Amino acid sequence: MSDVTKLIHEYLRHNKKFPHVFCAGCGHGIVLGSLVRSVHALQLPKDNVVIVAGIGCSGRMAVYVDFNTVHTAHGRALTFATGIKMANPELNVICVMGDGDALSIGGNHLIHAARRNIGVTALVLNNQIYGMTGGQCSPATPQGDMSMTSPYGSLEQPFDTVDLAKAAGANYVARSTSFHANQLDKLMQEAILHPGFSVLEALTPCPTQYGRKNKFRHVVDMYNWLKKNTVKVEKWKEGDSRIPTGVFQNLDRPGLEERYAELRQSLQPQE
Amino acid sequence: MKELQKIERFEIRLSGTGGQGLITLGRVLGHSLALGHGYNVTQTQSYGPEARGGSSRADVVISSSAISFPKTENLDLLVALSQPACNAYYRFLKRGGVLLVDSELVQHAPTNQFVGLPFTKLAKDKIGNELTLNTIVLGAVTHLLAFAEPRIVRKSLEETLPPKILALNIKAFNLGLREAKRHLGEAPEIWQTAAENGAEEDMEGFED
Amino acid sequence: MAHRRRRKRKELFAQGNEAVAQGALLAGCSFYAGYPITPSTEIMEIMAQRLPRIEDGVFLQMEDEIASMGAAIGASLTGRKAMTATSGPGFSLKQELIGYACMVEAPLVIVNVMRGGPSTGLPTSPAQGDVQMARWGTHGDHPIIVLSASTVPECLEMTVVAFNMAEKYRTPVILLIDEVTAHTREKITIPHEDELEVLSRMQPAVPPEWFKPYAEAARGVPAMAPIGQGYRCHVTGLTHDQMGYPTSRPDEVNEFMTRLFRKIDNYYHDVVLVDEYCLEDAQYAVVAYGCVARSARHAVDQARERGHKVGLLTLRTLFPFARPAVERLCMQCEHVLVPEMNMGQISREVKRVNNGRSRIRTLNRVDGQIITPSEILKAIL
Repeated sequence: MSDVTKLIHEYLRHNKKFPHVFCAGCGHGIVLGSLVRSVHALQLPKDNVVIVAGIGCSGRMAVYVDFNTVHTAHGRALTFATGIKMANPELNVICVMGDGDALSIGGNHLIHAARRNIGVTALVLNNQIYGMTGGQCSPATPQGDMSMTSPYGSLEQPFDTVDLAKAAGANYVARSTSFHANQLDKLMQEAILHPGFSVLEALTPCPTQYGRKNKFRHVVDMYNWLKKNTVKVEKWKEGDSRIPTGVFQNLDRPGLEERYAELRQSLQPQE
Repeated sequence: MKELQKIERFEIRLSGTGGQGLITLGRVLGHSLALGHGYNVTQTQSYGPEARGGSSRADVVISSSAISFPKTENLDLLVALSQPACNAYYRFLKRGGVLLVDSELVQHAPTNQFVGLPFTKLAKDKIGNELTLNTIVLGAVTHLLAFAEPRIVRKSLEETLPPKILALNIKAFNLGLREAKRHLGEAPEIWQTAAENGAEEDMEGFED
Repeated sequence: MAHRRRRKRKELFAQGNEAVAQGALLAGCSFYAGYPITPSTEIMEIMAQRLPRIEDGVFLQMEDEIASMGAAIGASLTGRKAMTATSGPGFSLKQELIGYACMVEAPLVIVNVMRGGPSTGLPTSPAQGDVQMARWGTHGDHPIIVLSASTVPECLEMTVVAFNMAEKYRTPVILLIDEVTAHTREKITIPHEDELEVLSRMQPAVPPEWFKPYAEAARGVPAMAPIGQGYRCHVTGLTHDQMGYPTSRPDEVNEFMTRLFRKIDNYYHDVVLVDEYCLEDAQYAVVAYGCVARSARHAVDQARERGHKVGLLTLRTLFPFARPAVERLCMQCEHVLVPEMNMGQISREVKRVNNGRSRIRTLNRVDGQIITPSEILKAIL
């Protein structure tokens, strides 16, 4: 058996009715692959891994993998993840969200999860559009780009996930793309291992909804775009219009669940 | 345990301005009558912005049998520690009920049938701390209520107040009790007078 | 039994809100997530103080009402008994996730201390305007259990009942109280642990490879595997099959939806709780709940003193509606009065059940004041 086949057998749910929902060329599968490889590389027991997903294309990732999986409501994945982590700090809680999920309807939860530094890994799959509902403008859609709800080009300035998470105080903030699979694997493992709140943004192409409306004729064009328009943060300089990737914040504040355990310890009656 | 005096339904309103400690007063009085004495008690109070600066009140209902309606409708005892409170709530006092006021702060009582003590002045002059006003009132109210045992109320103060301020408040409680005894007379007489006045008013009303 | 020495129970002079918190802790609640809102905040404050002191107790102040619901459901999925409390506006915000909890069958207690509405309304005044919302607030057809309490000791008792029902039937349970009940102080007695029936959800009886997370185990209620104990289930707000995986197959969808309703219907007589007072010979009945039930009881006593045959039916369970008890009442009494602090939310249920047998009258008050005994008495006589 090849390594990939082994991973498939070990980590995918056989009793789930495949095929999956992702379109041809979608980057989400690559991120899911990276997640599976990372859990495998870190040798996390499957019983201890919890995938908490929101609503949208990325939210569907949860059902395919053989972990504890919770497919929550739109935007609320981080609130469920917070409850799960606080209720059982032994678990490795990984939250999977799209850009609409994490930055729009769940934006408040993202900044507060960062502020309270809950020991959860937040994966933000940014495809710059609402895919599942048919290609509407998201808070990550670049200014001027087309979508079903910005037929004349988006007027609004998009959020930068990394800047937002950094400013809100997340312990670990990183960005990669579904083109840079090796970098993504490395950052994914770091994000999962890092104590406190980690945010990993993965830029992934949505050829069906975003690509079609924004003059990407082929799926490959979108991956080429990711290749050309991103640069490692170490090489990135002020004024460079390319998107930096890599690690942007690396703090070691203790996670909320650790602080809470200390509080509980300090309140124990003295013998 | 001593046999409890039987009470039909007895309604008290403690009223004044925010900051006089009326809610705490109501809570301690209720605590004592419910847990210390063993009566059925409900205690309600004004809330929110009303409770800050403006008028403030705490109501206590006491009964030997189960209390269905938790709020007050006909007051047996109205304590008014400000002129506006006295004006606003006097009409809820039932015939034969007793009005107890701060004699310095309520200059114009709506009736000449009332009893009063200069609570705020006592707190300032005798205890040296205006915040003990409510505990002095508690002492006086305990004296007025024939069914309230000073010993048990004192114990409730010990159970509910932080140790830091306890000694001062016990002093204030005793002062209220003493002053009420000295200036207002014995409790049964006060209620007797009030009942007679109430009956007279009834007669007057009848003549109209 | 008679010879057993009576142990002293702890007594408190406490507000309804405090009684709710005490009841929750007695029922085994070890997780609270909430957001401050008047007039329910005291529940949260007490939980903030108590939970970090008990084993495994978790208290979280979340960023908003929705987040509190999410965190509580998350905790419930790990096997915790979880609670959140709120008032009017917060209850509106929680609705979507109440539906989620219904869908994934997560045991959970949501306390709503009702205040005047709509919108910000009367934050410090009582009302009973959220009754139909508690039943129908979240989208989609669903069963739900809505309980109420009218005295401070009942707040404690009904919170324990709420947790027990949530656990037994794997469903969110809503406890509706009002500002009067929440802020009245009365004596409560804390029962000893062994005097209290405390139920917990059924756990899987089979190994993970045989376990079907949404197959019924006990008359419609499935066993629940906590996250992290080897069962690795999928939980989703999408309509799911017995394995928990999304499905849109009509037969599977229908099976799921009917079971959701059936699991409450099967236990209807355990779920519906009412108190009957002076009803044996009553010719005139009052149907009430919450603080208004106290006024009604006072009025019934006064009417009886004057020789009128009046009785009171107090609803402790608002939904599912106490149809048999109300039907009996409508057969027996010529007049039924429904006083409530809204424009007629339970009276519409009473009228629906009455079917023309009795004359149903309403007494409504929406000015932020409790309906007094004298008002009810006036309406009766």
